[in-house]
Amino acid sequence: MAQHEVRTPIPGVFYRRPAPDQPEYVVVGESVTAGQTIGLVEVMKQYAEIKAGVDGTIVSFQVEGDDIIGPGDVIAIIEV
Amino acid sequence: MKKLLIANRGEIAVRIIRAAKELGIPTVAVCSEADRDSLHARMADEVVEIGPASAAKSYLLVEAVLDAARASGADAIHPGYGFLSERASFAQAVVEAGMIWVGPDAASISVMGDKAEAIRAARRAGVPTIPGSDGPVVDVEEALRVAEKAGYPVAVKAAAGGGGKGIRIVESADMMREQLPIAQAEARAAFGNGDVYIERMVLGAKHIEVQVFGDGVNYVHLGERECSVQRRRQKLIEETPAPLLPSDVRDAMCSASVGLAEAVGYRGAGTVEFLYEPQRNEFYFIEMNTRIQVEHPITEAVTGIDLVLEQLLVASGEPMSFTQKDVQSRGHAIEVRLNAENPDMQFMPSPGLLETFTMPAGPFVRTDSGFIAGDTVPPFYDSLLAKIIVWGRNRDEAIARMVRSLRELEVSGVVTTAAFLERVINTPEFRSGEYDTVFLETWQATA
Repeated sequence: MAQHEVRTPIPGVFYRRPAPDQPEYVVVGESVTAGQTIGLVEVMKQYAEIKAGVDGTIVSFQVEGDDIIGPGDVIAIIEV
Repeated sequence: MKKLLIANRGEIAVRIIRAAKELGIPTVAVCSEADRDSLHARMADEVVEIGPASAAKSYLLVEAVLDAARASGADAIHPGYGFLSERASFAQAVVEAGMIWVGPDAASISVMGDKAEAIRAARRAGVPTIPGSDGPVVDVEEALRVAEKAGYPVAVKAAAGGGGKGIRIVESADMMREQLPIAQAEARAAFGNGDVYIERMVLGAKHIEVQVFGDGVNYVHLGERECSVQRRRQKLIEETPAPLLPSDVRDAMCSASVGLAEAVGYRGAGTVEFLYEPQRNEFYFIEMNTRIQVEHPITEAVTGIDLVLEQLLVASGEPMSFTQKDVQSRGHAIEVRLNAENPDMQFMPSPGLLETFTMPAGPFVRTDSGFIAGDTVPPFYDSLLAKIIVWGRNRDEAIARMVRSLRELEVSGVVTTAAFLERVINTPEFRSGEYDTVFLETWQATA
């Protein structure tokens, strides 16, 4: 089984939920499709969605919600 | 005023520190972890770190800011714009802590912060408002009656909204029956207040605002600013005087604004925003901003009056240093907001290290920025990199100077909107002055 690393192209603050009062986009163990949103990065008051990029299963998140991330940081690992 | 704390960051914090220094008032900056090495933190006499990078945990935390003021012995707080500047409860807390609040009193902020209340206050002061409901509508029947009288299409707006949020366009009675309950539910969810009000859609309008100033006794205006060049309701280019605005309309707008300031006993700097509908040659009040505006320097450029310095004087209990007859507007001024964004990638923010950052200079060019070369633009706050303000004896001279300035600017390390701004300035619409609030987005869609 291959593992795919989902990386962020932009720096900012990472969120796992679309809004504080809403559920997480995905949880560990969940199946995802390539175009599915798994998180959000806030940069300069704008929001960019982080897509899974591949079909597979979420193995782990490498960053927590509210974490500060830099370009190229690994967000999550997906088993393909 | 013995020591001033600036509850802000970036260019406006730098701007306020400069005014305080000219008055000989020691300054205290507050900063987040991410802004430790920022220009505003370096320029202030003292700096207090108030929390982590996230604005919600630093610049927006009332208690953290008040603690910093107490710890540093500051006796006054200037909020700048954005962040806590229009939060009435903060203004109140500052006063209750025994400190000077640089701004209008909490009651004025509170009235103007509630859109429906603000419109009622404007009507009471005889200021023209957009035809629509008198405050929040109670039910669908009232909404239908109001919309019928004003004429469709109408905008249904959240009373607690702002900045373009919480607005629905309704084109018919059927649509109103369907949309009103949704708009109320949305307003409740987003702003914690389900009140909505109704206004006729004003089409082809220009956004023109009037700078007012009051000290509780005297109330004056400092002319208007044309701010119609907007993208996603964010102003990008402002100029004064407003081109193509008939002088009788300008005079009526300015005196209505002074009337409103007087009616609420306004203290300090404020801005009364209007829509001007050229087809009908009419103007309507939209809101009043109870703080210093981003674009205040163009007013300073044509009047020669330092608005921030004046704010500090009035907050200290002094009268304004000028009267209405002292306000003599001369020539033409333009401001552009240079953002760290990539226009070729849907204006994606571009934070990072400013490897090169050389501002334009020369006669009648002013630049206000929170950064210098070698600084890092953090990803946590807005994308405003700098404001470039130019003055000319007339509009053509000012435009030529702005184009020259944008070309003179040298930035590397982050992507900016400089070339985009130059293209906007070179459009026939901007050149002729015949632009409205949807011009920029229409032009982008067709370009």
